Amino acid sequence: MAILVDKSTITICQGLTGAQGTFHTKQARSYGSKVGGGVTPGKGGSKHPDPELADLPLFNTVHEAKVKTGATATAIYVPPPFAADAILEAIDAEMPLIVCITEGIPVLDMVKVKRALSGSKSRLIGPNCPGVLTPNACKIGIMPGSIFRKGTVGIVSRSGTLTYEAVKQTTDAGLGQSTAVGIGGDPVKGTEHIDVLDLFLSDPDTHSIIMIGEIGGSAEEEAAEYLIREAKKGRKKPMAGFIAGVTAPPGRRMGHAGAIISGGQGRAEDKVEAMRRAGIAIADSPASLGTTLTKVLKG
Amino acid sequence: MNIHEHQAKELLRQYGVPTSGGGAAFTPEEAEKIAAGIQTEVRVVKAQIHAGGRGKGHFKEKEAGEKGGVRFAKTPAEARDLAAQMLGKTLVTIQTGPAGRIVRRIYISDAANIGRELYLSALVDRASSRVAFIASTEGGMDIEKVAHDTPEKILTLTVDPASGLQPFHSRKIAFALGLKGDQIKQCAKMIEGLYKLVLEKDLSLLEINPLVVTKEGDLTALDAKMSFDSNALFRHPDIVALRDETEEDPMEIEAAKHELSYVKLDGSIGCMVNGAGLAMATMDIIKLYGAEPANFLDVGGGASKEKVKSAFQIILSDPSVKGILVNIFGGIMRCDIIAEGIVAAAREMAINVPLVVRLEGTNVELGKEILAKSGLKIVPADDLADAAAKITSAIKTAA
Repeated sequence: MAILVDKSTITICQGLTGAQGTFHTKQARSYGSKVGGGVTPGKGGSKHPDPELADLPLFNTVHEAKVKTGATATAIYVPPPFAADAILEAIDAEMPLIVCITEGIPVLDMVKVKRALSGSKSRLIGPNCPGVLTPNACKIGIMPGSIFRKGTVGIVSRSGTLTYEAVKQTTDAGLGQSTAVGIGGDPVKGTEHIDVLDLFLSDPDTHSIIMIGEIGGSAEEEAAEYLIREAKKGRKKPMAGFIAGVTAPPGRRMGHAGAIISGGQGRAEDKVEAMRRAGIAIADSPASLGTTLTKVLKG
Repeated sequence: MNIHEHQAKELLRQYGVPTSGGGAAFTPEEAEKIAAGIQTEVRVVKAQIHAGGRGKGHFKEKEAGEKGGVRFAKTPAEARDLAAQMLGKTLVTIQTGPAGRIVRRIYISDAANIGRELYLSALVDRASSRVAFIASTEGGMDIEKVAHDTPEKILTLTVDPASGLQPFHSRKIAFALGLKGDQIKQCAKMIEGLYKLVLEKDLSLLEINPLVVTKEGDLTALDAKMSFDSNALFRHPDIVALRDETEEDPMEIEAAKHELSYVKLDGSIGCMVNGAGLAMATMDIIKLYGAEPANFLDVGGGASKEKVKSAFQIILSDPSVKGILVNIFGGIMRCDIIAEGIVAAAREMAINVPLVVRLEGTNVELGKEILAKSGLKIVPADDLADAAAKITSAIKTAA
């Protein structure tokens, strides 16, 4: 089962002929993901110059790629000025899962995208994210497949490398992962913690959850409140968490466009406090994510 | 990216938003000339730095006088003298920190006959994923304090990007601000201009504090602060031209040239990390082990030899750095390649402070071996906790 992607998922890649699209599509295929083809407007019908990808059909539009390959997911590696247009095209094509890796999309472009998503048939993961990976089944995005191991921990994070920390540590602890989802570091994004937690709570393959957040916005607080409400209905799984940015000064953007404390909002302390109230065991360092979860599981 | 008040007001004028006139001066003589072109009885002489709280701030230097960064001149000659007092001096405000900022330009404008002071801003609201307007009758104050103490005095509304700005939005704001008669029409026109400006120029924040109702009953923007979405600057060469690099940290500018994300902090341990989240977490764990990080630095996914080298250069150019912690999680990028980059850069650079390196991920054993065999004084660490413990104890021993 897992969430979002499994063995049967067929993906396409928007921006397949670009450097990023080429490199990561090769990686995804060698991990075992089913890639149906790619979209590069103007290059439809031609062959990918890389011999390793020359067997993949290229299309001019997402709609055509979806119809001809049976894809249910798209990975977007389109440069920032054109990325919002690529997402909107995928929404228009009613692609069920859209994963946008691109970093640096103007936030007002994402405001439009977010509006287009509401009431649509698509779910967007990202932008500015490492993607989604279900071990031994499907990898969309840029996560390193080698550190994963099929297992029972669901991982959701705003940060790429902190996702990898959690993956590595749960692999080392012998727990493994059901699915890892990097939701991305932008202020306006397709999927929030809350959406992924909902999926993990419903997934029988996910027995426990690691949630990683960082300064900026209030998504972690909202997720904590959501968890408290769901727990009252009996929907609850053991959880560990971590929030990055306790030492970040207010008003400064820490790498991610969304990682900024502004107007007294988005402080790490408040997020940690809210998550503790929701019963999440908070790791004091990202090095102890695995051990913190193991402790919770041992009761 | 931020711009100066006088530049923000120029943009407001372009979008039909009433505001003060005048212009910027870089010398006392220019200030006198601009002041001479202003018809009001009093001219406002304002220090231009990228920080708020200028009126209530103070100058470090005695010869700048005891007043703050906003002064009033009755004659062009007086405007010249006031400009001369402030130019080149260090203005300290609640937002600059104790170091303050050097004033390099002065804005001279006409003075408004202030009746009431209001607050108005527009920003991209994360929770709703929309452009939001915030309005309050409590102008000229710290809006965060108003929001905390008297939240009922603040109106927040968001605009659906599909239907866009509607007349009711402006009406709601006008009534919340207690405007009457023709002021309601003026407010509608102003909100329309501001919304258009936010969308067309990719503003992440536009703040008018205070928005003034003059004694004559007209609306005017007395101060203006604008921040632009740096991800959108590629489509606004006109906005990029307004950038004042003297207001930014030179090391942060240098880092940006190498596609490194760098923020200078006050501590003594330099950090080099891949990934923004991990970079923040590394700062946090340094603090947890009793020291303070000197910077945030994300080398990004690639972490090539060239990037690692420029990252070392930037970290080492900060004299307060007493030790360096490198923390890399090699995912797609293999640890052995990263280790080679670190060794090559360290060899060329002559690093005289303790250097602790923690590598994790693909080919980590090979990476560690390369570091160990390099003959360089690199302290390897097994995990992040170990790395933090080693670098904090190393700088204590060195001191």
